Amino acid sequence: MLKERLRRLILGRPVGSAQAAEELVSAGIEGKHASQTQKSEDGLSTSYARHSHALEQFACHIRANPGLSILDLGGVRQANVTFITELGHKLYAQDFLRSFSEMLGDSGDRQDDQQQVAIFVEQNLNFPDAFFDGMLIWDLLEFLPPLLLKETVSRLFRIGKPGCHLLTLFHAEERSALVPAYAYRILSQDQLSLISCGLRQPVQVFNNRSIEKLFQQFQSVKFFLTRDQLREVIVLR
Amino acid sequence: MWNKRREEDLKPRPVAPPTSAELAKEGIPISTFATKNSETDIPRSNALIGKSVLIKGQIYSREDLTIDGEVDGTIELQEHRLTIGPHGKVQAGIRARDVVIMGTVHGNIEAADKIDIRKEAKLVGDIKTARIVIEDGAYFKGSIDISRPEATKAQVPKPQAAAAPASPAPQQQPLVSRPVEAK
Repeated sequence: MLKERLRRLILGRPVGSAQAAEELVSAGIEGKHASQTQKSEDGLSTSYARHSHALEQFACHIRANPGLSILDLGGVRQANVTFITELGHKLYAQDFLRSFSEMLGDSGDRQDDQQQVAIFVEQNLNFPDAFFDGMLIWDLLEFLPPLLLKETVSRLFRIGKPGCHLLTLFHAEERSALVPAYAYRILSQDQLSLISCGLRQPVQVFNNRSIEKLFQQFQSVKFFLTRDQLREVIVLR
Repeated sequence: MWNKRREEDLKPRPVAPPTSAELAKEGIPISTFATKNSETDIPRSNALIGKSVLIKGQIYSREDLTIDGEVDGTIELQEHRLTIGPHGKVQAGIRARDVVIMGTVHGNIEAADKIDIRKEAKLVGDIKTARIVIEDGAYFKGSIDISRPEATKAQVPKPQAAAAPASPAPQQQPLVSRPVEAK
């Protein structure tokens, strides 16, 4: 029972989602500057849209030329597919966290197994070197165990073209045990919709220094602070 | 008391001989289905591969097809719709006009018009289509390439005469080949 609950927490499935959503509302996390806040019909999730500087910068980069290759690791979402493909780009999408939990499960032994991690990365990020012009990583990096995180970032560096932009997010609470899990939808070139879907336990908590260290191979790391306890980060390959 | 009526029912009733009009009516087959007069009302035929069917090989269909079983091979429905039902498991390259996925598909899909991926679907493969609809909760791993009608038109090769030469044109050779006399 406890194991199942913990698994759901890690997977981000709604765990007392209505309560979680209300907690978010009461904590003011859902954005004081949010343009709109909506509760779903079932009352299990809330969503709000807000301006995103990181998205604006990412969109500015990919709008320059059509026919780019964009990777989205946050799972396929209609809004994101529409946004990317309407710009004339080819989208490569997959739900990296879902694949991770399906293949490596919640067993610490498998997640720490170098060989298993290498196989997982090979199966899920099997692209030619210097292939992508942009990558939407969202907030998944903070939910990966250390070994997989290192391998993943290293592979992202390899498959990104020089000048490739990575859009990623990290929660700003440095001590929080549980953080709100979001599904991210691109509404326009500078508007992002965040749909809360329960709470998740991050594997690692990052501050600015640790984020810079994580992407030390890359050319630059730019932070954008937001009012909803998220750090938006644009990483330049 | 209660059986009185049943006894009455059991008694044979005198049957009136059929009239000539009724006899004539009997010869005409009557369908229990609603009749469809206009061409637009005719329901589109739809072939079905049921849950317990497993097919290995090539499927070519000239009508809409629903797969709720297992298929391993290739599927081609030029101008028709393919529906992978909730129990469908397909490991195949797919070509169709429309594709609706509710089950599991491993393979590349090329749809001339639209691909509809429902929330319970699981799709691993590359997609090439003009339009796509994806419900939240669907699992997808692969690439999405939207081929717009303008793009396909642009790809149509122009006649050679209209094409502007990029470099100084060499002397144009006649297209008709002539036999060369051996000296």
